[in-house]
Amino acid sequence: MNRMKFTWTRLNKALGRSGTLSLAFLTVVVLAAVLAPLVAPADPNQSSLLDAYAGPSGAHLLGADGIGRDLLSRLIFGARTSLLGPALVVGVSLLLGIPLALLASWYGGWVDGVIARVFDLVYALPGLLLAVLTVALFGPGLTPAVVALSIAYIPFLARIVRAAARQQRVSPYVDALAVQGFGVLRITVRHILRNIVPVVVGQAAIAFGYALLDLASLSYLGLAVQAPTSDWGVMVSDSDALLKGYWFQVTAPGVLIVLTVLALTVLGARISGEKPPGYLRRGRPARAASAPVDAAGNDRTTVGAAA
Amino acid sequence: MTAPLLELSGLTVDVATDDGGARTLLEGVDLTLAPGEALGLVGESGSGKSMTMRAVTRLLPRAASATGAIRFEGADVLGMNAGELRRYRDRGVGLVFQDPRAHINPTRRIGAFLVEALVRSRGVGRREALARAAAVLAEVGIDDPQRRLGQYPHEVSGGMLQRVMIASVLLAEPRLILADEPTTALDVTIQREVVAILDRMRRERGMGMVFITHDLDLALAVCGRVAVMYAGRIVELRSADTLHERAAHPYTLGLLGSRPSVDARAERLTAIPGRPVSAFESGPGCAFAPRCSFATAGCESAPPPLADFDGGVVRCARVQEIHAARMETKA
Amino acid sequence: MARLLLHRLGGLLTTLFLSSVVIYGSLYLAPGSPENVLFGSRSPSAAARAAVRRRLHLDQPLPVRYWDWLTGVLHGDLGTSMVTGQPVADRVGSGLGNTLLLVVMTMILVVLFGLAMGLTAALLPGRVDGVVNALTSVSVTVPSFVASALLISVFAVRLGWFPASGLGQGFGGRVDGLVLPAVALAILSCGFLARVTRNAVRDQLEREHVQTALVRGLPRAVVLRSHVLRNALPPIITAIGLLTAGTFASTLVVESAFAVPGIGQLTIQSVAQKDFPVVQAVALLLVAAFVVCNAAGDLIQAVVDPRLREAGSTS
Repeated sequence: MNRMKFTWTRLNKALGRSGTLSLAFLTVVVLAAVLAPLVAPADPNQSSLLDAYAGPSGAHLLGADGIGRDLLSRLIFGARTSLLGPALVVGVSLLLGIPLALLASWYGGWVDGVIARVFDLVYALPGLLLAVLTVALFGPGLTPAVVALSIAYIPFLARIVRAAARQQRVSPYVDALAVQGFGVLRITVRHILRNIVPVVVGQAAIAFGYALLDLASLSYLGLAVQAPTSDWGVMVSDSDALLKGYWFQVTAPGVLIVLTVLALTVLGARISGEKPPGYLRRGRPARAASAPVDAAGNDRTTVGAAA
Repeated sequence: MTAPLLELSGLTVDVATDDGGARTLLEGVDLTLAPGEALGLVGESGSGKSMTMRAVTRLLPRAASATGAIRFEGADVLGMNAGELRRYRDRGVGLVFQDPRAHINPTRRIGAFLVEALVRSRGVGRREALARAAAVLAEVGIDDPQRRLGQYPHEVSGGMLQRVMIASVLLAEPRLILADEPTTALDVTIQREVVAILDRMRRERGMGMVFITHDLDLALAVCGRVAVMYAGRIVELRSADTLHERAAHPYTLGLLGSRPSVDARAERLTAIPGRPVSAFESGPGCAFAPRCSFATAGCESAPPPLADFDGGVVRCARVQEIHAARMETKA
Repeated sequence: MARLLLHRLGGLLTTLFLSSVVIYGSLYLAPGSPENVLFGSRSPSAAARAAVRRRLHLDQPLPVRYWDWLTGVLHGDLGTSMVTGQPVADRVGSGLGNTLLLVVMTMILVVLFGLAMGLTAALLPGRVDGVVNALTSVSVTVPSFVASALLISVFAVRLGWFPASGLGQGFGGRVDGLVLPAVALAILSCGFLARVTRNAVRDQLEREHVQTALVRGLPRAVVLRSHVLRNALPPIITAIGLLTAGTFASTLVVESAFAVPGIGQLTIQSVAQKDFPVVQAVALLLVAAFVVCNAAGDLIQAVVDPRLREAGSTS
């Protein structure tokens, strides 16, 4: 009991109120996605025309959609596809991006230059457009969308990893290790990578949020997850409900997307050590108090693909 | 006796901390400066010398608050409204900062920087203002002033930029110059030239100056009187020509002693042990006590008052005994 | 300055050329030959297939076809739609005006509200800053399609102030129909620009040269205008460039949501119909818009900050 309380305080201290709240929300969403068949009250694809656009009731806690499918169950099952896609995107781009970034940061010079040029080129193509083109090639579906976005997200993550690793690379302890005869691989993986884990995890969380937005946009356009499957992006595209004034059927998945991405960005910023915005802090804003001392600490706002 | 140009009495600066507490950075500073006089303010970093200058120009951090009184030609500086403050900053005081590179807007030409105050605050025509700027640049020893006016700060050297900064202050013709470590960021060879220019210009124009530095010798060279600060308080104040002979506070003695000298007869090089503390770190007694070789138990418990001693003022409870002991060893 | 301009222009052309190769090459390396689109589910005779391939120049090697296409593009000939048989240039041209108008309207909203919110937050620390910060934190996570759905449900369906889809007649009708799409696009970007502006202005407010300006007795308005705002401009300009570029990409979503006949909707339709010549043209156009916006941002930045003029590149 004591131990649990201890962990809780520590978590609260490390992540702050907003970070802990975000983590709690994300935990609920992930649990719902994983345990969907257990927690969902109904089959998400079971339609009954009698229940079309039914309001909230004992049978349908949040009501039903245009062909009488249970909204709550569709939201819960929708979390699965909505989270799976971005998880794959972030996973693949980390897997490819981290080695490239470490390579660039370790060797510098022309290796760094070439990798940077290639990243620039990929960066020149908006992720959404790349995904749309891929869909044009391979037909709609989650796989081509995930592949395209993975490629598009490599530069975003790799640049941050490169910068962080570069900072480590030039610090004296790395030279010390090299002098002691440790190999490149050992130093980069055991020391450099380990030291930049917070930055990588934090930025991965933020990238997860943006990938979720991009994939949901593609599903909304009918290019990624396909219609009968429950997915938050697909659910927002229910224009029939929208035009008939059943706003809740469309808004609920939309709000879930926004909240999930918000939680991811807040948590990501906290983990990677960015200062929280003033409103999340108690008392007076930190910047004002220390104006002349640390004027150098300017916030960096992450530039993501606008969905 | 003429009315003082600048008068600080009981100036105290506190800064609010994140956890709701307050830290004292400056405590009960009393100073007077006559018109045309040059006063040195000497101390280690954290001693409060720059904070004093910030308070005088009301350039304190947002979380800081100043109490006590600052009078400039009799006017209450801390009580000035926005308009009065602007006029005081425009015509009353001029500031030469430590790092001209950071203190001059990097995106605008040197000419624009120099004439800005004249054009904006005094309605001088741009052409006329540029002509005056070129003349002052020549006076501070800058070649080809016309070309410099069209250059950007990143295109000239640090020493040149500091001369530009000095020129900008001279253009405004203030009654008081505050120079905050004006040469610390410069090459050693340039330092002397810049100090010489500052000194000459000030004398020619009859301006008062507070010269802030951690270099006691530099202060002695350009100032009539020198105030030594430690942990937010003045610990000794006396005229520059007698300070070498009559320094009485253990800290001042330490500063003189920790200065390497080629003079064979000089006392041995003795560094002051320990690190300097800020006002908020010190206990109830004398802030210097932990580092002072003369300190007794009494020094740590009660703060010593600033008292007249041997033609100056000294803040030390044991000043008489220390002085007597020193005289004895010398004789 | 001239060198930077040349450098940027060179980089821009290289990127455009490389992306045109990628776009053209990848679409013709796709599984399934392009001509199958024309035949649909029918199985054509060998002769018919060969005839179509010749008509589409598919019998020639890829580099030759690419060269023909590229020279055509440079002469304003974007090829022929495989679905409607119209010249691609006509289809693109009819949508381009709407898309440009949409982007312009969006960016006007973004610059007005983003700058206003960012400045307010920067100059009024404490409660106002907190409220603006909370607003922008949320707004940067609202994707344009969710915003579209919300706007349609409130302003089109419930209140009936604006059309839910399509554009009206004449310039007024087009503007009227583009208000909601522009707002949907602007929400995320506004928040983003507000944050960049706030941080840039805050950063400058704490700079030493601003203290110099204050201590020289300059009026507060002058200090804000010629020192704080002027020096805060570079990151703001970069952000506006990036956001304009991103808005072009996001028209894919919003034009589909509101059935706006622009090139975003054309892209999605052509992708669905596998109308490759059209996809190529619009994709290249979007990439060009994206790259030009970013480069323009960099160049304007160099005009504002003389220190960047000598540097060869900013990356």
